[in-house]
Order: sequence, then C-alpha cells, then structure tokens
Amino acid sequence: MKRQGIAEALRDGIAEEMARDERVFCIGEDIGVPGGWGGAFTVTLGLAEKFPGRIIDTPIAELGFTGMAVGAAMMGMRPIADMQYGDFLFLASDQLINNAAKMRYMSGGTVKVPMVMRAPVGATGRGSQHAQSMERYFTGVPGLKVVAVSNAYDAKGVLKAAVRDDNPVMIFEHKLLYGSKGARAEPGAVDATSEIPDGDYIVPLDRAAVRREGQHVTILGWLLMAHFAAQAAELLAHEGIEAEVIDVRSLSPVDYGTIGASIRKTGRVVIVEEGPKTGGVSAEIAAGIMEHCGDSLQAPVVRVASPDVPVPFSPILENAYRPDVPRIVAAARQLARA
Amino acid sequence: MKTAPHPPPSASVPDRQFLLGLYERIVLIREFEERVKFLFLEGTMPGTIHQCQGQEATAVGVCAALRPDDYITSTFRGHGHALAKGLTVQELLDELFGATTGCCKGKGGSMHMGNMDKGMVPGIAIVAGGIPLAAGMALAFKMQKSKKVVACFFGDGAVAEGAFHEGLNMAAIWNLPVVFVCENNLYGASTHIEKVMKNPKVSDRAAAYGFRGETVDGNDVLAVHAAAERAVAECRAGTGPVLLELLTYRRTGHSRRDACHYQPKDEREAWFARDPITRFAEVLLARPDVKQADLDAIKARITQQIEAAVVSAQQAPQPTLANLTEDVFAP
Repeated sequence: MKRQGIAEALRDGIAEEMARDERVFCIGEDIGVPGGWGGAFTVTLGLAEKFPGRIIDTPIAELGFTGMAVGAAMMGMRPIADMQYGDFLFLASDQLINNAAKMRYMSGGTVKVPMVMRAPVGATGRGSQHAQSMERYFTGVPGLKVVAVSNAYDAKGVLKAAVRDDNPVMIFEHKLLYGSKGARAEPGAVDATSEIPDGDYIVPLDRAAVRREGQHVTILGWLLMAHFAAQAAELLAHEGIEAEVIDVRSLSPVDYGTIGASIRKTGRVVIVEEGPKTGGVSAEIAAGIMEHCGDSLQAPVVRVASPDVPVPFSPILENAYRPDVPRIVAAARQLARA
Repeated sequence: MKTAPHPPPSASVPDRQFLLGLYERIVLIREFEERVKFLFLEGTMPGTIHQCQGQEATAVGVCAALRPDDYITSTFRGHGHALAKGLTVQELLDELFGATTGCCKGKGGSMHMGNMDKGMVPGIAIVAGGIPLAAGMALAFKMQKSKKVVACFFGDGAVAEGAFHEGLNMAAIWNLPVVFVCENNLYGASTHIEKVMKNPKVSDRAAAYGFRGETVDGNDVLAVHAAAERAVAECRAGTGPVLLELLTYRRTGHSRRDACHYQPKDEREAWFARDPITRFAEVLLARPDVKQADLDAIKARITQQIEAAVVSAQQAPQPTLANLTEDVFAP
C-alpha cells in the first residue's frame, strides 16, 4: 500500500500492463523524449527507458497517431494513445468516431479495436483551447466506452480495465487532479491521491461510485466536480442536510443502477458538470434519470453547470465559469428544502 | 491524351496460368460492376454504389503482388479491391442486398466491404481515413516482427486531406511496411485534379517525406503488378513505405446516378481507348499459347458465376430486428 497521485498511479498502471502484455504500447506526443516530460502531465515519465521501442513519440499529428492506434489495435496490438490536451481530440475525432467506434459494427462483429485514448480536460488558466470538457462529445457515440477518473485508485484500476477491454475506451483525466504538489502542481489543484494497494486490481468501466451516503439529496459529479460535490456535502451536513455523493465515473454507459438506487432513496438529484450546460452529459443523465427512476423524484432535476460561453482566461472569469462549492451547496440546499 | 499508346511488353515473362488468372480477375470485376449497376438501376438493390469500371487493373495488379495474409485497406469504391483480394462474388452480392450472409452481415454495405480473414479491412468511406489506419497496421506488423505488408488504396481526392500527410510522414519516419496506392482517376467526385493540385503528379509527394514514389500506367495490369512487387519487396525488407500513383480512369459515375457530364468527350474517348481489359487481352492474344476462345471461355464462366450468385443473393436471409443492436461492442 502506498499513497499516490493520479499521474504516478497511471504511470504504474501502464508499466504493469506493459510488463504483463507485450502487445501494450503507448503512442503520443512528447511522451518518451529523453530529458523530456513524459507527456504533458508526466504520466509516462521514465517508461521509455523501461520499455524501449514501446513508448512511441509521434509528430504533432493527432489525427494521424490516433489513426495509427486504431490500425495497430485492429492488428492485435493494444495501444494506449495519449492526447496531450483533450481539446486536440477534435483533430482526432474522425479516427475515433468513424473508425474506432464503428469498425466492429460495420464488419458484422469481426473486427476488434482494443485501444485506449487518454485525455486531460478542464479549465485551468490556459484560456479557451486547452480547457474544454471534452467528454460530452464522445458519450453519444455508439461503440465507444467513456470513463472519467477522479482519484488515483480509480485512475489505475480504470486504466488496467481499459487496456484489457477489447473495445475502444476513452479515459478523461482532469488537469487539476494530477497532483496538488510537486512539479505539476497547478493553482487550484485538488488532492486526488489515494492509497494504492500493492497487488493487481481493476475498476470496472461501467460502475458509478458512491462517495458519501446520505438520505436528503443525491449529488452527481465526475472529475473535479466529484470533489466539489463531496466538499459541498461536508458543508451541507453542518446544516443538517445529508447529501449522497456519487462519482458518475462511467459516462458511457451510465450506471443507472447505482444512480437510480440513490434517487429512489433521496427523491432529489443535483447534477454537477464542468462544461457548458447546453448539450452536456448532465442533460443526458437527467433524461436517463427520468426514464429509469423519474417516478421516484419528489422535485425536478437540478443542474449546476458552466454557462454557455467558451472557457475564459481571466482567473476571475474562469472561477465564475466553473461550478464551485458554494453554487453546489446553494442548489442542493434549495432542492433539499423544496 | 489523344492517342492510345500500345502497352509496352512486360520485362518479365510470367507464365500463362498466372496471366490468365489476372485476366479472369479483371474481367470478374468489370462484369460484377456492370451487373451490380443494372441491379441498382432496376431498383432491386438498396443503398448507393461507387463503382470502379475502368480501374480494374489497379486493384488486380496490386493484390496479385500480396500474400493472402497481407492486408489491404480500401475506400467507398471498394468492390474491385474486394474481388482482387479474394472475397467471393457471393459474399459481396449478399452484402449489397443487406443479407446476413454478406461479408459484413449486411451491416457494412457497398462502402464498407471487407473480410478480415481474407486480409481486407472493411472499406473506410471517409476520404483518406484509411491512410493513418494503414500506417498503424504497418506499425503493428513491425512491432510484431512479422513480414506482413499492407497496401492502402485511396483516390487522388485523398491527397488534399491532412490524414494523407500525417500518415505518410509517420510511415516514413519509422520505415513502415505500407504501400500507399493512389488510384489517380483524375477526379475527386466531379472535381478535376487540375483545379485542386498545383502539382498534379501525386507520386512527387513521397519525396517530400523522404521515401520513394512512382507513377505507373494504372491501366496496364502488368506494369501495376511489377511496380507493386517492387514496392512490396521493399516494404518486406524494411525499407518502406512506397507511394504508387496509378494513372487510371473511371468509366462510370462517381456514384449511382452520376452521368459524368463533367468528363470531356475527348478525354473519355482517349481513356476508353486505353481500357485495361482490351489492352491486356491484346497482350495475351499476342502470345502463341492464348486464343480468343480461352478469353471467351473465361468471360462465359464469370457470367455464369455472377448470375448464379445474383439468384442466391436475392434469396439470402435478411437480418432480423434482433441483429440491430448486435456487434456494437466486443464481449
């Protein structure tokens, strides 16, 4: 057992999978350059020395290297592709959406595309184009599995499950969760470290996690918002409101079993999403809740999300953009008393 | 191109059986496409089609240089590639009719023909979408230390896409075993290459990435085959990739109901005079051991084969609604 952050846990998870299975390799930009960074967020630092020839640095060609990962996966390899910033997924989306996601179906079930795409997201002082919450663009694509990890334990377990899955899996990570200390510490970073067990383990790709139990209101979040939801629940408890906090984690498919069980207990739900409210994952989850357990709701679904604007640079504006603990508390309080 | 140059005699002298095999494959593609066109026009076949009449020699010449366990990637215009790589008339016709016995169980259709067991990835119908993917397949072959090669077919239209440049560049950096096969039929849909290329010689692009490119008469199946053999050998030896530009011409519309009014009459006539089947037949008939009766027999056999397959495809089992949600994910 050791305490690790998300970057270290992912690094160990990748190394263990590469040691376990020689078909596993990493492909992306700046991930294995000697003297370099090990990827923009240090996840692959040191792995190039440990696994010569299997940490493949590419040109700046997101569409190209993503297509290469798809092709290699179809030929029996198990690539882990590293998108330096999630925003660049737009460049790669043809290969992900038209090829990786559809190849099995179009082939009548004969092709497998066992690839992983990792991508950091979140508003972090970098303006509009290194900041977007990209998960919304992929959750509605049949053939893709979409996961968002909020702590080191999940990150390692999800990574391992994704590598072993025979389908394309997208793992979203948040830039403020890689580490609150050390070289990659960023203003506003949140402690997402976990106790990591020594042995091998996986975290399933289709399960939400109940982070805190409560009976008055359910708060759903993922990535950074899962942490903010938990912080909000602490404050709400001082007011006598017991919030149940669920880290949605699996964004496609959504675990309506876990979510539904909570809502049947509380009758109230707040969905928190970093990213514009319109067209967000929270909209899909709200609709899913209506279909799965809408008759248990004692009040309408409430969403706390970013406004429909690009991510701003100014720290004042960025903080106003991103849902924060006070807004979550206010929404949950109002709903719990409704 | 006003005159039809006579094809030069091939340098090597392949044996009769091999040559007749190439001829049979070319005629099979032509007859298949003509029959399919009729089926579409009479309204019995669903969907749309992108056909390759006039381009048969590119597919056949390249695939004849590949081993069965080598791969190809294809495009929305893939019927010829499929037949050249060894998919059967029956599995293709069944697919075109949307039947569960089709090569993709009726879920792919005309634009996504493929059969992994026969070395053909389902057609990728996004222009240039197969190029980085083929480079990735070649990366896998290299990492697996296999000697396999992938031939990646695309049209001249793909050359303007970013994916073309990204894929070629990465294949070049790592010397990947991929033959990039540009079937240059002069038109991206209805747009002539002269409107969209300052330098219309596609093979020149290879030099920009530091590897070998070659322009070949794509309507001369033996020239295509010889160039493909060279390219495949280089790829197997670890000195790939290679870019082959095969000059050819589409005799039929871009898709189903395109009447090709944008193709000038003199251009069409010049290219029709260089038809790959007629030209290859002349080469064959110049040999003492090939008679017109041999060629007639091949065509008769193909016609019979296709007609039987059409009858069977029209009765092939259609999917049930339960099939709709199958095959999205691997278990």
